[in-house]
Amino acid sequence: MSAMAASVADFSTMLQRNFRHTLRNPTALFNAVLFPIVMMLMFVHVFGGSFDVGGVDYIDYATPGVIMMTIGYGVSATAVAVQSDMATGIINRFRVMDVSPSSVLIAHVIASVLRSLAAIVLVVLIALAMGFRPDANPLQWLGVLGMILLALFAIGWLTVALGLAAKTPENAGFAVVPLMMLPFLSNAFVQTDNMGAGARQFAEYQPFSPITETLRGLLAGDPSASPAMQAVGWCVGLALFGYLRARAKFTNRA
Amino acid sequence: MAVMFGTAIAASGLRKAYKDKTVLDGIDLDVPAGTVFSMLGPNGAGKTTTVNVLTTLLVPDAGKAVVAGHDVASDTRAVRRAIGVTGQFAAVDDLLTGEENLLMMAKLLHLPKAEGKQVAGRLLDRFDIADAAGKPVATYSGGMRRRLDLAMTLVSRPQIIFLDEPTTGLDPRSRLTLWAIVRELVADGVTIFLTTQYLEEADKLADRVAVLDHGRIVAEGTPAELKRKVPGSHIRLRFRDQRELHAGAAVLPGATRDDDALSLHVPGDGGMKTYRALLARLDEHAVDVEEMSLHTPDLDDVFLALTGNASDPADTNGTSGTSGTSKTPDTNDTNTAVNA
Repeated sequence: MSAMAASVADFSTMLQRNFRHTLRNPTALFNAVLFPIVMMLMFVHVFGGSFDVGGVDYIDYATPGVIMMTIGYGVSATAVAVQSDMATGIINRFRVMDVSPSSVLIAHVIASVLRSLAAIVLVVLIALAMGFRPDANPLQWLGVLGMILLALFAIGWLTVALGLAAKTPENAGFAVVPLMMLPFLSNAFVQTDNMGAGARQFAEYQPFSPITETLRGLLAGDPSASPAMQAVGWCVGLALFGYLRARAKFTNRA
Repeated sequence: MAVMFGTAIAASGLRKAYKDKTVLDGIDLDVPAGTVFSMLGPNGAGKTTTVNVLTTLLVPDAGKAVVAGHDVASDTRAVRRAIGVTGQFAAVDDLLTGEENLLMMAKLLHLPKAEGKQVAGRLLDRFDIADAAGKPVATYSGGMRRRLDLAMTLVSRPQIIFLDEPTTGLDPRSRLTLWAIVRELVADGVTIFLTTQYLEEADKLADRVAVLDHGRIVAEGTPAELKRKVPGSHIRLRFRDQRELHAGAAVLPGATRDDDALSLHVPGDGGMKTYRALLARLDEHAVDVEEMSLHTPDLDDVFLALTGNASDPADTNGTSGTSGTSKTPDTNDTNTAVNA
């Protein structure tokens, strides 16, 4: 078997393993879906009325934010799964078996992306049921999907790196908390203009804001180039950073 | 399994330090193929680090290791193809079933599907997990997890197997089962590198034992050779009553007397000459001995004496039966009992 074919075979074995994990541990998926939905209900029905978001329906404004929150919540399961792989020694077993490191790690990233994507589809369907009315054309929907996938991929690599660096499952769960908090310190639920000075600057220069802005523009049928370019830049940078960190950690940690 | 001849594992001058903490301080090893080599040491002695170096998981700061004829540093892949590792923590997948775990190994080894199924089925039977093959591993007992762990290692039919503390935390019955499996593997020609903190385990399984302490090998040899390194070997004579004991003590002035046990402890190494001389002397004076046994120091004594963990070296002298580690009573006395 050629090295390439072997890597592909190993990758599919690993992916199958991760899928089985998700199906047999539905709590992770449930958590990833439930919390964003609860928050969406809160924001739309409780707080939403008092937020000024520039004349649009609040649910149309908040749905992209809820999507970002779903991304942030979905990854904690991935970080914990990666950490537990390291702790139980199964990754050492794979390494001694000459399984390519990338196939183990990529399988975690892909499983994480697909799990979050399923959660996001569910969240969007519920938003539609609650009155979310996007104006995107098919091409813009494709853009939405592309942006979400890119963001999931970037956050996925970052999460795998955090999971590899964590010493305990608790640490792994804690390491991704900032990813859960970032949507609140962004333009996901309120306009940054109304924030205090420090928070506003942070919100304007953190990755979740341009990604949310891009999704919002595409869903409203009115995309603009500047946030999209920033968003893509952030995602590529984060993915690369996460990938390199993960690779280094995986090779070093015995 | 392929039977190898010559040296299975050779290492010289292995060193490893983390920051300023030296973990391996110059380890030399020579393990003949087809034997069981045991590395014995307390927690933190460097056992797992040694295993990690020999199994290509860790690059040493200095030194050279050759495993199955291949250099660990330059020929990593060839080494990995020849070895199997069962680590300290069962490297099994809790959310998969036992059978799925084994099939995953077969797939990662790129075995054809039918062969993978066949190998998995055989291992499930052999390791007595066939009944639970379809259950998630999370529901398995500690002993079953270890057996599955070892079964997963065997899917690749390795020539050399590294077992890092394979029975730590297991109940006695599971431990015996695992020992039986190790003996079977050796009978098949596999070389075993075993680390343990249980002296009894090294004593029972290993052809050669190295005692590791603070990253150095402080003693190496067969279990019997090691035991000879500490004083305390003695012949125990048991008498019917106080009168016989008294008579015996009069004849053997060098012996230590234990009135409660009605016995005399005569220092000696248990060689045939010592026995003959002793029996001849007792015969000569018509002293009647009820039972005679050789009491050799066990690895506990060796271990405590060598690693300097014993509070007082004299403690280990001749009182090996009372040293700390739990074990079955019969391991202490090599029964060469002669009923006189």
